[in-house]
Amino acid sequence: MRYLPLTDADRRAMLAKIGAKSIDDLFADVPEAARDGHFALPRHAGEMEVERRLSELARLNIAAGDSAFFCGAGAYRHHIPASVDHLVQRSEFLTSYTPYQPEIAQGTLQVLFEFQTQVASLTAMEVANASMYDGSTAAAEAVLMAHRITGRNRAVLSGSLHPHYAETIRTMAGLAGEIVSAPVRLGEAEDLAPLLDEDTSCVVVQNPDVFGFLRDLKSIAEAAHAQGALLVAVVTEAVSLGLVEPPGAMGADIVAGEGQSLGNALNFGGPYVGLFATREKYLRQMPGRLAGQTVDVEGRRGFVLTLSAREQHIRREKATSNICTNSGLCALAFSIHLALLGELGLRRLARINHARAVQLAERLTAIKGVDLATPAFFNEFTVKLPKPAIEVADALANRNIIAGVRASRLYPHEPGLTHHLIVAATETNNAGEIEAYARELEKVLAC
Amino acid sequence: MLNRQGRPSSGGSPEKTAAETVSGHRGLDHEERLIFEIGRPEVSGVDLPDIDLPANRLGGLERKAPIGLSGLSEPETVRHYVRLSQRNASIDASFYPLGSCTMKHNPRLGEKLARLSGFADIHPMQRQKTVQGAFMLIAELAHWLKELTGMPAVAMTPKAGAHGELCGILAIRSAMQARGENRDCILVPESAHGTNPATAALCGYRVETIKATDDGHVDLAGLKAALNPGVAGLMLTNPNTSGLFERDMIAIAAAVHGAGAYFYCDGANFNALMGRVKPGDLGIDAMHINLHKTFSTPHGGGGPGAGPVVFSQRLARFAPLPLFVHDANGFRLVEDVMEARRGGAEPLGRMCAFHGQMGMFVRALAYMLSLGADGLRQAAEDAVLSANYILAALKDVMSAPYEGPCMHEALFDDAFLKDTGITTLDVAKRLIDEGFHPMTIYFPLTVHGAMLIEPTETESKATLDQFIAVMRALAMEAKNGKAAGFKQAPILAPRRRLDETAAARKPVLRWKPAQPESA
Repeated sequence: MRYLPLTDADRRAMLAKIGAKSIDDLFADVPEAARDGHFALPRHAGEMEVERRLSELARLNIAAGDSAFFCGAGAYRHHIPASVDHLVQRSEFLTSYTPYQPEIAQGTLQVLFEFQTQVASLTAMEVANASMYDGSTAAAEAVLMAHRITGRNRAVLSGSLHPHYAETIRTMAGLAGEIVSAPVRLGEAEDLAPLLDEDTSCVVVQNPDVFGFLRDLKSIAEAAHAQGALLVAVVTEAVSLGLVEPPGAMGADIVAGEGQSLGNALNFGGPYVGLFATREKYLRQMPGRLAGQTVDVEGRRGFVLTLSAREQHIRREKATSNICTNSGLCALAFSIHLALLGELGLRRLARINHARAVQLAERLTAIKGVDLATPAFFNEFTVKLPKPAIEVADALANRNIIAGVRASRLYPHEPGLTHHLIVAATETNNAGEIEAYARELEKVLAC
Repeated sequence: MLNRQGRPSSGGSPEKTAAETVSGHRGLDHEERLIFEIGRPEVSGVDLPDIDLPANRLGGLERKAPIGLSGLSEPETVRHYVRLSQRNASIDASFYPLGSCTMKHNPRLGEKLARLSGFADIHPMQRQKTVQGAFMLIAELAHWLKELTGMPAVAMTPKAGAHGELCGILAIRSAMQARGENRDCILVPESAHGTNPATAALCGYRVETIKATDDGHVDLAGLKAALNPGVAGLMLTNPNTSGLFERDMIAIAAAVHGAGAYFYCDGANFNALMGRVKPGDLGIDAMHINLHKTFSTPHGGGGPGAGPVVFSQRLARFAPLPLFVHDANGFRLVEDVMEARRGGAEPLGRMCAFHGQMGMFVRALAYMLSLGADGLRQAAEDAVLSANYILAALKDVMSAPYEGPCMHEALFDDAFLKDTGITTLDVAKRLIDEGFHPMTIYFPLTVHGAMLIEPTETESKATLDQFIAVMRALAMEAKNGKAAGFKQAPILAPRRRLDETAAARKPVLRWKPAQPESA
């Protein structure tokens, strides 16, 4: 078997050294009832056979690149430069683990230090951690952190926070306190202030929200701070930060984000990379790993994991979070892509995204009966269709246009959203695709 | 102040041992500055058109202030990251016996297949008819996990081991609620991974610690004494963190169930058992599986992982959303709690956005299909054999707190270093100079100065023999009072020992532009 270097002769010699007659002697502590399980599973297979089997499954899916593709709602299709995927496959990044021995992990540690700096700059916050699992779990950790900071345990969620994020927060933080969700107000900055009280630890607002709508966070930040609560800002499209006012400039205390857009493929939902940033004064309540700068005994600059007194392997049940493994390699991909883009490239990329979305929105809303539901947006917007979105999306799919995400898939119990479609456009959508979308939509609606 | 080589430009007279060079580089070991020190704001390694936005639709929220990012050209980017990569130890380059982490060879077939556009370029909210192949892959992996563990159900979405633990404990919490019971305590052995008590606390439980016996097992009598109507569950790692199989598993399960509690098994060490022992035969109720350990998806410098959780019949209906169902029209997701309840489920909630770590699922299934049931069994046996070989070959010169046989990890303490002035940390740092990644140190906490060695099944006998020869030589050196080589180590790594105290006392967690010096 190709992954196992020991030969039978090796095994015999090793058993002899141990003083065991057979391998079974080493499993003697296993109770009789469980000693020799029977497994209804196939035997080993060569690379060619495995590749054939999994390639068959892959071919049963319609890849985004094989259609005109306009889905977003928390995961975005962007072009990833070829060097990103090459570099993340370097053995030394791919096959190392958490940098517990910093002298031989300076590569990973410096990457994390650079990643933290990039995330802090992008969000306009003071400090960022070395990544979380994804945006949704980062949002849940942000709520728990707000509870710790304020000593309160009631969180208020915007109605246009991605419903998967809201459910994840309810699941992971629901035991630590009350979670209140505001009603859905499509295409407007709902007034959350009346829901805040002296027991509220934080208010969680997504920007752009799940419908793509852009809002100014300053007034809700002020309202939260007036109540002694924190503003948790959620960003699911990191590229937006190249063009849109960052949460840190609008009064956010904690930013929880999804970093997939930079460097990471769609991957059917994972693995992604959670971004997590906050104010320096809250540093010691921040979850997750942190890389910090220091010097070695020769005085040379180096990096270590630091402030681990917050973490589970030291603090056990008193830790700030139970997280151990995070999303290192996805953070690396994010960081490489952003290093390649730089200030100039990210701003250009963001402008192109916005321009494509504006162009698409204008083309679609020129069609009779199609209305824009999100007056301000970045690269994603919601349209109200004259027919149920499920029928329209199905008809367009038959014309090789994956038209977007139905709002009712995310909000199955909102009867007012059955005709709404959430549509994203990125730099990967060219003018021809945008034209085809508008043309085919017009035909579909005409039948 | 640091100059370009990252050396202090003034102050102190640090110990000097390594060769000085003009450049600061040392042969193939290159010093590499931060991207913010190399890059320029006007440079980009991605060619994009500079378009105007005559009429934006941003609602007055345009970002105006500089972001503060630097750009690198593609050649600079490649050199930067290649140089950084060369400052990392990795399983590809060297033996990496980091106990509890299962650092085994990562087959490249998984990397290739996970990048097929039919897996990598599909969107989680795409119409479900267009991703039937993805659902089939998840169903096939779920089948393997259920069959290997002997458990009837599995939740696929948890994103890593600790996230799986959370899922498992939340299921226990839901089950207790469904029974109308309000139990407040989770029992955790003192040797447990730190994630176990942290998870229990996150779920609002009080954590009570169970002592170990002198031979490194859970104290069954102590456990029975601690079980009472306030206990919701036991979290136990098996094989345990001392590298031993908990031989009283069936009695433990019976005691836990007898008290009306549930039995959570931490599956971090499943590599010792796969294809040979079904945890379901031992009476557990839930167990997470670290796909990045046992099924060899790459550790990636600290993730991403994947931590599916298998459930017993008792807990199956509490599994989180989404549910994967198969009917006449093929596979589909149940994402709505009302629909799930109509089908008899009582989901504990949702662990994350979307449907789990697809990229890891592809790699794990490729690994399973490659090894097959027979190969997984052989791998587990070789992992156990290799650990016992190390234990047998070193226990006369080092000190093993427990009699063998062990499972897939060999545990030593620091008794053999007594009166030498050398610590476990010094031994670890010395191993770096010898070209090995150190073992896990100071864990489990139950053993003084612990050294936990997990060789895995993917090391050749020649590598194991070389490691053994080195460890024997180091043990003799230590006993002969030659402490200097340990105390100064590492001297052959890209950095020598780093000042972690200073890092924590005054944290510098991001680069900042240099302030202009005042005249």
